Amino acid sequence: MSKYSMSEVGSRKKSSSVVRAVFFVFMLLVLYMPILILALYSFTDATNIGATPSFTLRNYHTLFTSEDLRTMIIGTLSLAVGSSVIATILGTMGAIGAFYSKNRMRRAIASMNQIPVVNADVVTGFSVCVLLVVVLGINKETYIPLVIGHVVLSAPFVYLSVLPKLKQMDPSLYEAALDLGATPFCALRQVVLPQLMSGIVSGFGLAITLSLDDYFIATYTKPATFNTISTYVVNATKGSNTTIKTALWALSTVIFLIVLLIVIIGNLRTRRRELRREE
Amino acid sequence: MHFSRKSLGIPYAVFLLLFVIAPLLVLFYYAFTDGSGQFTLTNLTGFFMNPNTMGTMVYSFALATVTTVVCVALAYPLSYILATSRIKSKTLVIMIFVMPMWINFSLRITAMKEILSAIEGNLAMHPFLNAVIGMTYDFLPFMILPIYTAIAKLDPAYLEAAEDLGANPRSAFFKVTLPLSMPGVISGVMMVFLPAMTNYVVLDMLYNSTYIMGSLIGSYFAAYNWHGGSMIALILLGIICLFTYLSDTREDASARGGAVL
Repeated sequence: MSKYSMSEVGSRKKSSSVVRAVFFVFMLLVLYMPILILALYSFTDATNIGATPSFTLRNYHTLFTSEDLRTMIIGTLSLAVGSSVIATILGTMGAIGAFYSKNRMRRAIASMNQIPVVNADVVTGFSVCVLLVVVLGINKETYIPLVIGHVVLSAPFVYLSVLPKLKQMDPSLYEAALDLGATPFCALRQVVLPQLMSGIVSGFGLAITLSLDDYFIATYTKPATFNTISTYVVNATKGSNTTIKTALWALSTVIFLIVLLIVIIGNLRTRRRELRREE
Repeated sequence: MHFSRKSLGIPYAVFLLLFVIAPLLVLFYYAFTDGSGQFTLTNLTGFFMNPNTMGTMVYSFALATVTTVVCVALAYPLSYILATSRIKSKTLVIMIFVMPMWINFSLRITAMKEILSAIEGNLAMHPFLNAVIGMTYDFLPFMILPIYTAIAKLDPAYLEAAEDLGANPRSAFFKVTLPLSMPGVISGVMMVFLPAMTNYVVLDMLYNSTYIMGSLIGSYFAAYNWHGGSMIALILLGIICLFTYLSDTREDASARGGAVL
């Protein structure tokens, strides 16, 4: 590697810096304008953008008191956490097992793992539905098809985030633990697993995100009266209930603030870690 | 009991066989049979002979192509600006651009819909344009991330070499930076093109009633027609395989090109 970074390349061309800044700001506006305008209107009594609004917290009141919305939010979160825990356990075990297996087994798991990653969600959801509900006759009301569908969606990404950590790990650590009298299981739990932790955590985070953002797998496998946030919002946009419609603006704002908070905290933590390393 | 590290992979392998491979085999079976379980090609010929479904295929391709081109046109310059800027906390800046990805897509599309309604008045006036805008808004972060990563990890020594050998910045960009960042563009295209062919909820939410490939599966699902739906799923699977194959050969070629460099 050269001792220069790509940043040096940019700094040479000062003439174009105005164009660069303008484009940068334009893209920020494109990405955030809709969310921010909606956030602004969520604090008003307006039912569509452009109306002259007056301030009210009615939408937030609806959001936190409506039984319907609360059930949906709790359902979405429970599904995300439940399916992500299963996906993290399965994906991590799969990655460890595949990493230490013979070539053929490793390749088989890696290729099967790649299928849900590249596949369209519509196809994944539909195929899981046809097998579990149509062929095997499992009732959707049992939540089994829905949970399996979400694990199929997210476990491959856990696998993909744990595998690089296994490759980076010093293989002699495990051998050393065995030489010092640890059983293979103990060595795995106390030596290998801690080394994989960052990969497991980011895999779990990915699994949560995928489950929260999913629409298609849920539509094809969910019980009739159960709603995730996506299916709920899509149904609400088709309906004409403006109270729910504008309460969802409040929900969007709350989610935006939560994500913003997580990003800020995450960034502060990495910066603190970097500072500690410099000391 | 004897414990082996390899055996840890067995539950996941079984899981993948049962819930990834088996569903695909079932799709094959349903796509080539009729209601009474007899082998048939009518689902296949029905798709390719029907002008409506072929129209849907063409519309999906057009929508996905335009969305992908718009995404590359916006994401490439932005990623280039980010990767070559002198900003110190680049991870934070890239986070800002990827952050919308973590807000539920249906809420983001709702936001875009309200804005477009306010601007256009009647969303039904520009269905194709709205679909492109909605999908671009939804998928853009998936294009930014891989392109940014590809440009950021590019070794600037190549650019110095190009400059030393007399290339001006423009030709250095087109002959060095652009080709070497192609793998990022290709993975971005993979992340955007397919969802743009299949994510019919974006169209539904923006009151675009035209069908895309995903809508066909949705309507067969609603009509309990598993055979018709399986055939569409299989055709989509074929398109996905073709794309994966093409991108793999491209990557091999560029890897070889990199080795020569």
